[in-house]
Amino acid sequence: MARALINVPAQAKRGEIIEIKTLISHVMETGHRRTETGAPIARDIIRQFVCTYNGAEVFRAELHPAIAANPFLVFSTVATESGTLTFTWTGDNAFSVTESAAITVS
Amino acid sequence: MDRRAFLRTAGAGLGLVSIVAVRPAGATPERMQDAIRKVVGSSAVTPGRVKLELPPLSENGHAVPLTVSVESPMTEADHVRAVHVFTEINPLPAVAAFRFTPRSGRARVSTRVRLANTQTVVAIGELSDGSFWSDRATVVVTLAACLEGPL
Repeated sequence: MARALINVPAQAKRGEIIEIKTLISHVMETGHRRTETGAPIARDIIRQFVCTYNGAEVFRAELHPAIAANPFLVFSTVATESGTLTFTWTGDNAFSVTESAAITVS
Repeated sequence: MDRRAFLRTAGAGLGLVSIVAVRPAGATPERMQDAIRKVVGSSAVTPGRVKLELPPLSENGHAVPLTVSVESPMTEADHVRAVHVFTEINPLPAVAAFRFTPRSGRARVSTRVRLANTQTVVAIGELSDGSFWSDRATVVVTLAACLEGPL
């Protein structure tokens, strides 16, 4: 199971732009490398990341092999209401991880 | 050979020389241009509004910090739809596409990328009015990522 780290402020003022940091453990194997015997190593990457805020999409990223191992993403959203931010990473070999974080907006 | 024919050949020769001389300075390999074309279609791409931040020198091409931002009020009527990042000589030109909504608040994203060698990285911002803006940055990489990959 891939380990994901998420940094979301627990509290925010309404209308404030908050910064979200996410990091997930993943090799991001490019598919361009070969083993010592010359056999190609199959691609194994995270292709997509989606962040939703109470069900509404606020940010999405499509990733390619040029993203470094353990994809790290920093982005932002507007604190509109208290609720849940959901983060989903999907990729090769049926990779799928969903995490969530709660936020209180005053 | 009369004078006119000589001038014609000499002119053609000069043209060839200048093309060869200019190429390295504006080195944007065709594959990257093709990849950009696929995203922007026939629209014009104007330099500006996008800010691509990369270290000028990176010791490790396996993880180069990259930040890209676009100036925008991020309202329903005027916001940044997406930012696309491309490289010149990585095995694949596409690096990532980031899609924003007005609820993103600000069109700014940071990540870490792999760079196969010293090269120029291009970021293209796609605005809600359908216009495209770009910025580029050159990174000197001392330890290249994917050494065994085709360059």
